[in-house]
Amino acid sequence: MSRVIVVTSGKGGVGKTTTSASLAAGLAKKGYKVAVIDFDVGLRNLDLIMGCERRVVYDFVNVVQGEANLKQALIRDKRVDNLYILAASQTRDKDALTEEGVGKVIDDLKADGFDFIVCDSPAGIEKGAQLALYYADEAIVVTNPEVSSVRDSDRILGILQAKSRRAESGDAPISEHLVLTRYNPERVDSGDMLAVDDVVDLLKVPLLGVVPESQQVLNASNAGEPVILDEESDAAQAYMDVVDRFLGEEKEHRFLTAEKKGLFSKFFGK
Amino acid sequence: MALLDYLLGQKKQKSASMAKDRLQILLAHERGDRRAPEYLPQMREEIMQVIAKYVTVDQEQLQISIDEANGFEVLELNLVLPDEQKSAKS
Repeated sequence: MSRVIVVTSGKGGVGKTTTSASLAAGLAKKGYKVAVIDFDVGLRNLDLIMGCERRVVYDFVNVVQGEANLKQALIRDKRVDNLYILAASQTRDKDALTEEGVGKVIDDLKADGFDFIVCDSPAGIEKGAQLALYYADEAIVVTNPEVSSVRDSDRILGILQAKSRRAESGDAPISEHLVLTRYNPERVDSGDMLAVDDVVDLLKVPLLGVVPESQQVLNASNAGEPVILDEESDAAQAYMDVVDRFLGEEKEHRFLTAEKKGLFSKFFGK
Repeated sequence: MALLDYLLGQKKQKSASMAKDRLQILLAHERGDRRAPEYLPQMREEIMQVIAKYVTVDQEQLQISIDEANGFEVLELNLVLPDEQKSAKS
């Protein structure tokens, strides 16, 4: 049984593509066959984060419009077996995607034996974002501990519950998961950042994981490698936990507390 | 600074708790709007037309919402009449 996962957030720049890349790579490392699709037509970036930007020949829009078949457009990842990327088009506009066209690509991927199809949503709540979530079975809502991100996540949750295929057909609703990114425990401790419990409390979505703010995320994107592959880093370990929990494993949340400060910096710090 | 804060006690509300308070109110409000039935704007318009026959009120003054309380759906209308109208009537 293949599952369609949308990674969405409403707000831009919170870590959707980073999360999509790491989730897809993590699931593929576990032995599943995974396709990750960039839905951000006109502003593609997944290819860059995954380091395959120079290997894009055909894209998602070409496949939807019948100009290429899936085999031609799927880019096989060079580091992880069973991981394939479907890039967005850089030149077309957003109307190039249609509900039927997207549905057909997803059905074809399922028929090809893909276990997971990860849909990397564009920011916003317009057509592109709605198409990315339409066929989803699972939703990963990426949120930063910051007011506008929390509000936009709540907005996108409303759309997940009302405008998806599952909502329209009366099937079981999309299962929602929260991934809190750019978390900074020091700032939470000093009362300057929303705590993870507060965000969970506000959004009322089960927590899948917390990814600490980390230089490694920037390093990984600079290098074009999903951060989950940088196994030593906190961010990678946080994403590995996300993958394990997503697959049903019970794991305690990590990276929620600040490193202890000495007495000196406690009094004279900052 | 840290020492000073510590000695004076933390009287000022921290920004994270301000964020939480503001979001709690905002999200409750926006979720209410989302749950509202599709006919609500039209109904609001028509109710406003009826009211306008009798009193002059600002469009913005009419608050209308549908809530659920104790298993009942409650249509709540809230309209503050302008001062002159109130004294003219009584």
